[in-house]
Amino acid sequence: MSELSVEHLLGIKYLKPADIQLIFETADHFKEVINRSIKKVPSLRDITIANIFFENSTRTRLSFELAQKRLSADVINFSAAQSSVKKGETLIDTVNNILSMKVDMVVMRHPNPGAGIFLSKHIKASIVNAGDGAHEHPTQALLDSFSIRERLGEVGGKKVLIVGDILHSRVALSNIYALQMQGAEVAVCGPKTLIPKHIESLGVRVELDLDKALAWCDVANMLRVQNERMDMSYFPNTREYTMLYGLNKQRLDRVNKELVIMHPGPINRGVEITSDVADSDHSIILNQVENGVAIRMAVIYLLASKIK
Amino acid sequence: MCSFAYRGMTSIMGQKILLSAQEIHIILHRLACQLLENHLHFKDTVLIGLQPRGTALAQRLVKILKEDYQQEVSLGFLDITFFRDDFRRSDKTLTANKTDIPFLIDDKKVVLIDDVLFTGRSIRAALTALQSFGRPDKIELLTLIDRRFSRHLPIQPEYRGRQVDVINHEKVKVMWAETDGQDAIYIVNEP
Repeated sequence: MSELSVEHLLGIKYLKPADIQLIFETADHFKEVINRSIKKVPSLRDITIANIFFENSTRTRLSFELAQKRLSADVINFSAAQSSVKKGETLIDTVNNILSMKVDMVVMRHPNPGAGIFLSKHIKASIVNAGDGAHEHPTQALLDSFSIRERLGEVGGKKVLIVGDILHSRVALSNIYALQMQGAEVAVCGPKTLIPKHIESLGVRVELDLDKALAWCDVANMLRVQNERMDMSYFPNTREYTMLYGLNKQRLDRVNKELVIMHPGPINRGVEITSDVADSDHSIILNQVENGVAIRMAVIYLLASKIK
Repeated sequence: MCSFAYRGMTSIMGQKILLSAQEIHIILHRLACQLLENHLHFKDTVLIGLQPRGTALAQRLVKILKEDYQQEVSLGFLDITFFRDDFRRSDKTLTANKTDIPFLIDDKKVVLIDDVLFTGRSIRAALTALQSFGRPDKIELLTLIDRRFSRHLPIQPEYRGRQVDVINHEKVKVMWAETDGQDAIYIVNEP
């Protein structure tokens, strides 16, 4: 397959396995490009992209912006904090105003699940979902799988554990879809209050004991404790969370196998993961960040080639 | 369907043979000798094959230079997909191939190698792409088949295997023993 089956990247759920394969193969080439002394290609010089962030983000926005600039696209940035959204403008109006300035693609982060899907039905531009509430964060899941493939050779057949706040996590949901689509087995682990009910219906194992879960898996993806999304108390205190679900050296030594450790960032050091683990050879956290740029270049390049 | 034969060769299913395996063998040796004649040695000269079809030709030349003339030649492969000027003009997404240039090209003499020179647009893209790898002393172009009268840009090869006059809807198909089972060059009639 040489082109994506979709016009927008709204979620992993809407992709086919061949799409993921194509994105990875394209990202391989871009990874080589971003390691050259001149890290830029002129492919998208006639494309303008708006990064519209209704929610705070540092690395995702930087990663997208860098990816766009490496492809020579023109970039405009918009964050809701300094905008007319505060004055009561609707989402469609905001985006249509931006599109009137001849923008071809929109990268959007929004606190409401489904915001990207809604927008794709009302405007004429290619949309990349950079996170919509607790729904999906497709580029993060793609870069996570790409990093696993890079370290372990393939994703299929691997056992991947996602630890932490599964309930509020778009990273978890997108990862579950992406990993299963590539033939990996997925388990989730965390306090029962942070595991969504009926998550087994997605074909995911649930494990409440971290040590047992670590003994099972090849890869452990440690999610951040998202205090900002927690409107009530889901566990007694951070210290108890760390004792039960934090990854530290002792725990890793007890498992006594070559685990790959991941984290989508930003890390709460000493909460979900200790520094000695985060900075160890097991960790591919910084590879994830580097791969994020290559994956986003691939996604943008492939979607832009469908804009006629 | 093409009904005439070229220089007594067979014509099958709208394609006529332009060069046989033996002719290709002779031409490749001549090109290798011309490279050697112009450069004398390959200490400061590197060969770069263009993906996807120039790489086989480049590998052949390196092999001849090594086996028959004991020359060690640095060889790289360059993919120009992201530098092409027809992105979004073609119906299909342009898919890339691997770029592998494991040396610096700063102050080197670079010989770009491609199988067929047609409009010259690929070479234009390659010249831009090469800038990402340094500032070469000089860039030359070697091409096995030079399609005359079809250039869109002022680009001409220093080394050419065979110059041919082909009309626009005809395609030059280069086949290599390693990948296609035989060495042969055909002109294919694409209505």
